[in-house]
Amino acid sequence: MPVADPDDVLAETRAILAAHAGVEGALLPVLQAVQARFGHVPAAALPVIAGALGMSRAEVMGVVSFHHDFREVPAGRKVLRLCRAEACQAVGGRALEAHAMARLGIGWGETTADGAVTLEPVYCLGLCACGPAALVDGEVVGRLTAAAFDRLVSA
Amino acid sequence: MRVWLSQDAAAKALGAEAVAAALRAVPGVELVRTGSRGMVWLEPLLEVEGPEGRLAFGAVAAEEVAELFSRGVPGAGHPRCLGPTEELPWMRRQLRLTFARCGVIAPLSLEDYSAAGGLVGLRRALGMAPEEVVAEVTASGLRGRGGAGFPTGVKWETVRGARADRKYVVCNADEGDSGTFADRMLMEGDPFCLIEGMAIAGLAVGAERGLVYLRSEYPDAIRMMRAAVGLARGAGVLGASVLGSGRAFDIEVRVGAGAYVCGEETSLLNSLEGKRPVVRAKPPLPALEGLFGRPTVVNNVITLASVPVVLARGAEVYAGLGLGRSRGTIPLQIAGNVQFGGLFEAGFGLTLSEIVDDIAGGTASGRPVKAVQVGGPLGAYFPRGQFDVRFGYEEYAERDGLIGHAGIVVFDDTVDMLEQARFAMEFCAVESCGKCTPCRIGSVRGVEVLDRIRAGDAQAVTLLRDLCETMTYGSLCALGGFTPYPVLSALTHFPQDFQRDRRAA
Repeated sequence: MPVADPDDVLAETRAILAAHAGVEGALLPVLQAVQARFGHVPAAALPVIAGALGMSRAEVMGVVSFHHDFREVPAGRKVLRLCRAEACQAVGGRALEAHAMARLGIGWGETTADGAVTLEPVYCLGLCACGPAALVDGEVVGRLTAAAFDRLVSA
Repeated sequence: MRVWLSQDAAAKALGAEAVAAALRAVPGVELVRTGSRGMVWLEPLLEVEGPEGRLAFGAVAAEEVAELFSRGVPGAGHPRCLGPTEELPWMRRQLRLTFARCGVIAPLSLEDYSAAGGLVGLRRALGMAPEEVVAEVTASGLRGRGGAGFPTGVKWETVRGARADRKYVVCNADEGDSGTFADRMLMEGDPFCLIEGMAIAGLAVGAERGLVYLRSEYPDAIRMMRAAVGLARGAGVLGASVLGSGRAFDIEVRVGAGAYVCGEETSLLNSLEGKRPVVRAKPPLPALEGLFGRPTVVNNVITLASVPVVLARGAEVYAGLGLGRSRGTIPLQIAGNVQFGGLFEAGFGLTLSEIVDDIAGGTASGRPVKAVQVGGPLGAYFPRGQFDVRFGYEEYAERDGLIGHAGIVVFDDTVDMLEQARFAMEFCAVESCGKCTPCRIGSVRGVEVLDRIRAGDAQAVTLLRDLCETMTYGSLCALGGFTPYPVLSALTHFPQDFQRDRRAA
């Protein structure tokens, strides 16, 4: 996703804030809506959100940086979230992690140079009886093998 | 002809959507999507209508669907037929109370839900005084299924007795423990059950507003819960007058943003308030000063989803099941390297050997079982010598472990327990909220100390035990406080994995 125009960010963030007026504890839903719109939480959105919710920029940034889901830069065209947790480890998850990094030539949280794939760790998808598991652009995948991984990233 | 196919995330992860597409191409097939029966090794599980009841076919591949229906409805004599679903050994051995409807009904059909015993508990609760509802839950012996095991009725009584301008019911659906998926399965397979349980909680404690805090890693459960809440509101199960009683209760589904610690109740409350979700010191208890400082019931999905059956069947029936102070049933989630993995609901009291060797059928790899982690990433690793432990809150605590959310992860003999101990520390470092030092710094030091042991420094074992003691007694919440369970159990039960040759390292 291309980097958003700063004017769009301001206008659309204000619209999202207006849509959340009256919501108790609106910060998390607002940040999620901003990320859904822009593919990341643009820095330009933070002061607008802080002002509207009566918080400091540091407080808003503290919430953004705390959570694994929020990105400060856009992700690649495909987001691959590979489960690193114990149940997947028990069925070859660690070897699959190593394969994924070697195949893509990137580490956790990184995007391939051509912008095609972002690789992220996830700690449990609740697919613990059919691991190794992954979430590919929001779609669940079970019993993932190295060969199936290669097909996923080249698709 | 009616056929049933799961749309649970585990079934989808194993190809259920392709099977569904193939079924839609078969003339005369009326496809009903359900939740999962919990037999994950049989997913995608297809069921067809037969004179004997629903017949099971699994695991079904999309490519075989056309052949399966080539001579009409496949019957019990078909070579791929496993027999009536209810008669499969995995199903027969269970006592499904909380999960009675999961995998059976269409999850978003209120009609199906009512026809299968739904709303009986809520209707009964509407005819009772709030204190009577609380007394019924207390008498059932139901305890927190999220892991803490606190008596549900006692928590509700505290909130009921508290005076405030408003109160809340918060459902903790931040099921982050590896090896657990009961919350997910219930929300995807029988969401009205959770809604009914929350409504009963609201009536009992005097709360008109409920929130479900659902983790973002469960996109299917989020869609299902939001749809179910909308349907329940439209049908008058939720809203200004619950089932026409004149008493209000409504629910909102909020989504997390990827933080394991938000499964801790005070962190979860901070998250719902729009704050950085660091853990709060207790007291004050959330029951007295919870969400926005108001009295709040915070219960796990399975705790709340077990309330309707307690009310419908009566506290005595529920309390009549179980072991010691662990009453009722527990949905075991059998995962990792197992032949038969999935959800198995039974009364408390099964031994770990019965669960792992018998029900799960040992490892999928065919190799010997080396270790079983019970209770998620903060739970202890058990060696075979401890497999006589019976499933119960106190029974596991006596063995320096915990049942947690009842996730059971099996490892074969290829697992390196030093690496598992190191992962426990690494996970704690990744997920620590940072408020208390033993957790924030201790977990980072824990990884370093384990790296020293891995490099052959045997002296560092003493340091590791010291560090674990500091984390156990000095941490603010269970994340830092319980990380020593997997670490020390690995060290105690598998010392050979921590004896590294300095030259080999």
